[in-house]
Amino acid sequence: MLAAKVMLEQGIHVEGINFYTGFCVEGHTHAIRREHRDKPKRNNALWVAEQLGIKLHIVDVIEEYKDVVINPKHGYGSYLNPCLDCKGFMVRKAREWMEQHGFDFIITGEVVGQRPMSQRRDTMPVVARESGAFDRLLRPLSARLLPPTLPEREGWVDREKLLNFSGRNRKPQMALAAAYGMHDYAQPAGGCCFLVNPHYTHKLADLWQTRGEKRYDFDDIMLLKVGRHLRPRRHFKLIVARDEGENQFLHGYRRQFTHLYATSHVGPLVLAVGTLADEDMVLAARLTARFGKGREAAQVRIAITTQAGETCELDVEPLGADEIPSDWYL
Amino acid sequence: MSHHELDARQLLCPLPVIRTQERVAMLQPGDTLTVRCTDRGALHDIPAWCRVHGHMVTATRREEAEITITVKVLGA
Repeated sequence: MLAAKVMLEQGIHVEGINFYTGFCVEGHTHAIRREHRDKPKRNNALWVAEQLGIKLHIVDVIEEYKDVVINPKHGYGSYLNPCLDCKGFMVRKAREWMEQHGFDFIITGEVVGQRPMSQRRDTMPVVARESGAFDRLLRPLSARLLPPTLPEREGWVDREKLLNFSGRNRKPQMALAAAYGMHDYAQPAGGCCFLVNPHYTHKLADLWQTRGEKRYDFDDIMLLKVGRHLRPRRHFKLIVARDEGENQFLHGYRRQFTHLYATSHVGPLVLAVGTLADEDMVLAARLTARFGKGREAAQVRIAITTQAGETCELDVEPLGADEIPSDWYL
Repeated sequence: MSHHELDARQLLCPLPVIRTQERVAMLQPGDTLTVRCTDRGALHDIPAWCRVHGHMVTATRREEAEITITVKVLGA
């Protein structure tokens, strides 16, 4: 937002690009969970574009992004976050968009030293090089600490009006935002990607491990964001809805999985991911009963519908809390 | 001028906006597009996308879990 504003102040025509990878935090969780219903449903990138008065193009990169997540050339950060590869990928996509649409250069809001992996003085040139953007990549917030780029050398942009921000402290950015009269903005980076979330990436690692290969499809990564995940056996896991919003969301997936729910008590919809043998059905039913209102009842009736659409009902004793090993929870 | 429909049900933010954007790119000024969604975020996002791109939302309707938004493509 700030970098774009700095350019707009120089009379430069700016349009925004927002890449959708499938791992973006905003949107999905807010849309699904009842507890988030009081949070604004706005898309932050669109909101920023509107504040700035610029166009925003949201680009679906779900398929192409898989290779970044699965095979990051520069490795992962603390979790499964391939930040440097991700930045190179996104700037490359922006460069391609720039070339297709007749734009002259790319700006990003990067600041030298702000992030430990992709925004270091030594890695920022890697992004410029590997994206193919080279000196058409301008970082207005740190430009005066970096070698002049093509738009600066050509005089399209006045370098003297660019900034010299560095480091993790965001006070200079906040002061600049205040000077521009911006008082409402998205919280600073770090919380916008599920790949830096330890709980989420634990589930993703489990998916790859049990599948025997690093592969995912879009539904896989959507389902990792929803519900309580338990893996009682290596060959199956359960996804248990935590509220009505998640119940509705999982309902949309019920035909793709064996699913369970209590018919004698109020309780969650549960998807079983994997192949369940007969003895697994009983365990899955007892777990389903555990997470419903009948958890203290002697018996709970559970309906189980297979992927083939065949339904049976089992009367089961809910599993006790102390019968669920902590390592079943993903 | 022609009318078009887009089924974006079961898609979550920002996919309804992305699919709307892709479809609008194929339309002519004056055409209209009705988008059917189930993600409540679309009620904010599709009108916001229309505002920044200079298109017009001519109608929104919400019936139980389904949202219908009609967009008129303008010559932005």
